[in-house]
Parts: sequence; C-alpha cells; structure tokens
Amino acid sequence: MSFEPKIVGFLCNWCSYAGADLAGTSRKKYSPNVRVVRVMCSGRVDPTFILKAFEKGADGVLICGCHPGECHYAEGNYKTARRIPLLKKMLSQLGIEDERVRLEWVSASEGDRFASIVDNMTEQIRRLGPFSRNGGCENG
Amino acid sequence: MAKPKIALYWAASCGGCDVAVLDINEKILDVAAIADIVFWPIALDFKYHHLEAMEDGAIDLCLFNGAIRNSEQERIAHLLRAKSKVMVAFGACACFGGIPALGNFTNRAEIFERAYVEAPSNANADGTFPQTLTKVSEGELELPEFFDTVLTLAQVVDAEYFVPGCPPPVDIILKVVDLFATGQLPPVGSVIASDKTLCDECDRVKEEKKITKIYRPHEIIPDPEKCLLEQGIICCGPATRGGCGLRCIKANMPCRGCFGPPPGVLDQGAKLVSAIASIYQGNTEEEIAGMVEEIIDPAGTFYRFGLADSMLKRKRLQQAEGRA
Repeated sequence: MSFEPKIVGFLCNWCSYAGADLAGTSRKKYSPNVRVVRVMCSGRVDPTFILKAFEKGADGVLICGCHPGECHYAEGNYKTARRIPLLKKMLSQLGIEDERVRLEWVSASEGDRFASIVDNMTEQIRRLGPFSRNGGCENG
Repeated sequence: MAKPKIALYWAASCGGCDVAVLDINEKILDVAAIADIVFWPIALDFKYHHLEAMEDGAIDLCLFNGAIRNSEQERIAHLLRAKSKVMVAFGACACFGGIPALGNFTNRAEIFERAYVEAPSNANADGTFPQTLTKVSEGELELPEFFDTVLTLAQVVDAEYFVPGCPPPVDIILKVVDLFATGQLPPVGSVIASDKTLCDECDRVKEEKKITKIYRPHEIIPDPEKCLLEQGIICCGPATRGGCGLRCIKANMPCRGCFGPPPGVLDQGAKLVSAIASIYQGNTEEEIAGMVEEIIDPAGTFYRFGLADSMLKRKRLQQAEGRA
C-alpha cells in the first residue's frame, strides 16, 4: 500500500484559513493530506501542539500565519517566526527531519500559494516516509 | 504495633539523592525511631535475596531514586513495587529521567563505542565489550543488559508519588517523612513540591522581559538582584515547578529545570522554546537566525532533566530509510 502522509495544519483564522478556504472555493486541486486545525493566530500554536501531533501519529506539521507585518494581533506571527526555528533546531537534535515542520505565510488571497505549499510538503514527506517514533522497539 | 518499614534504592543515579536523605542530619534518628529501614544499598548491607524473601506489600514506603537504564534496575523496580505499599519516585532521575536520560540523545551502540573504544584512556585492542553472559571455567558470569533508552520509574512500574529535585531538598524530604508518619499522604499521583512555577516564587526584581542577546552562564557575571532571563541568561524558571527553595537562583545561577514541568505542562522543553523565543526581540530573518545560533544546545538545555519524560522521550532510533 502506498504511503499517504498525514499532515496536521495549524492555520490562523484571519489570513491562512481564509487562504485555504479560497483554494477550496476556487476549485483548486491539491493534495488532501493536510488536516486543518483553525487557530485564532499562528502565535497560538504552542510548540507542545507540534510535539503532540507527532506523538499522535502525524508525519508532518504545517503552520501558516499572516505575512510579517500583517498579523491581526500586531505581533503574534513574529513570536511564531522565532519559536518555530528554535523548535526545529531542538527537533533536529532529536532526529526529526527539517521538512517535517514547516512555517509558511499565507494571506487570505493566496489560495494558489496554499495549494502549492500543501502539494510540495506532501511530496517531501512522502519521500521521507512515515514518522516512526523510535520504531517502537526500544529496549527489546 | 510493628514499626513501618522503609526501603530506599538507587538505580541510574549519582548517589546524590541518598546523600540528600542523610542531609536531614539528626532527623534521620527520628526516621529510625518511627520506622525500620529494611533495604538501603548505599548505607546498609541488605542483599536482593533479603528483599525477595519478604512478603508482597511488606514494605510500607519505598523511596526509589534514579532512572532505569538496565535490566537489573528494571528487575529491582518490579521487585520493590511488589514488596511496597507506597512507591515514591524520588529525585529528578526517577521522576523525569534526570541527567542520565541525556543518554537518550544516543543509544547503546554509540555509548559502548565511546566508552570502550574511542575514549582516550582506553586500552582495548581486543575490542572487548560487556556481555550479558560470559562462560568461564568456574561457570557463567552475568551482567545486566544495558538499554538503548533511559526510562523514568513510572514508565516501568506504577509510582504513587513524585518528589522532584536534583536532589530533593531537605525540607521536602522531611515533609514526605512527616506526611507518611502522620498518615496524611496526598492523593495518589501527587507531586510533592509546589504547585507554582519557579518564576512565581522567585524574589528577584522583574521588569520587562525583552532580551536581544543570549549569554551562556560563563560569559557574564549576572546582577544578583535582577531576573536572570532579563539579563539574557537562559533560566528554566518559567517552565519549572517551584518548591526547591530557589537554591540555584540564590547562588546567582539560572534554574536548570530539575523540578520538572509545573502542573498542566505536558512538555517542559516545548514550553521553554515558547518562552525564550517570545521574549527575544528581533523580527528579521537575520535576528531570528542569530537567536537560534546563540542557543547552542536547545534540546540539552530545555530537557536537561526531563528528556525521558518528554513527549518525544528520546532521539529517534530509526529514521526514514536512506537517511543517516
């Protein structure tokens, strides 16, 4: 059976969720691999959520927020812009590939961009394979 | 009525928790007055077969320190669990993995390679590695099996209480003894420490948390009155349980997180990523890259005591095929 990546997407309410909505209403064809969770701001995405997604079996996590300078809450996305790179450095120490966590800015008008990000990330993770945490066989 | 029976054990630990028990000084006599110590490898000459000979549930209170990193520790954890009415994960290693759990960044093969081949002081031309079974003329010799992954006590057996700290401070040890002696132990699953964060209890002057550079402790002499985070030193206080008596803070050193996550926090490291990244000032890509570079070892810093108990528990053993 071919591997279909499971990607959890955290999309901010004001830009990226509307962007994803636009992709849908514009009848854009794109990979159905992202499970979208709407959050009020990308700044609401606690790094714990990302670890939890992996713990529960996600193969990748996509975080989308408003472009820098356009945050509905003025600077929530800047906090995300700092948290995600730091989290990714920590995750790389724990053996998690860079491609599995992705932060992108998607505005409400960028339905095409959202669709292409999802397609691109899905293909990257398909190449990486499933996120097997420790293979489940540590200590015999 | 017979005196209650207490056991103490050390698994993967440094012995500091046992010393902390002795640090209660003359109060140890009170402990001896109210209870019989029936097993304590560091101090008393009891053997495993003495423990095996006891009836199940014969021990009233077991203070178990240290993480589980080999089959002997795992066996004794099961044995003590069967013999004990109340099992306490005692100290950061038993609660969260502690310093030994930093071994979860690597694995058995790499640790053996380092310890028995690469270490400069080795003379191991024959490539001898520890074996669980060795045949010699006198018979078979056994060694415990070394695990790939360091585990917390609660990942191996059920534990009723958790006493964090590296080591647990004397006042908390006395509190545990007192709660036990007076039959006032809290609900099962309780962490016997504060329910606040360390920051909440810290008495340093806190102003606005905005930093533009992160210093490692040796790069700066911190002001002893001001919040360490505000001075650019990574302090784990925002995501660490209080109750430690601010031992490190009073020594002008940042909190290293040995009391584990505060109530409601699932992952100490994730919360610290969130906290540190939030207070760093800088929105351009270069500034953010600078911050990431200044934090030399985020996983080791944020999970210094808690890797085994974190959501990911260890570095992945098996990555996707075709990758290192």
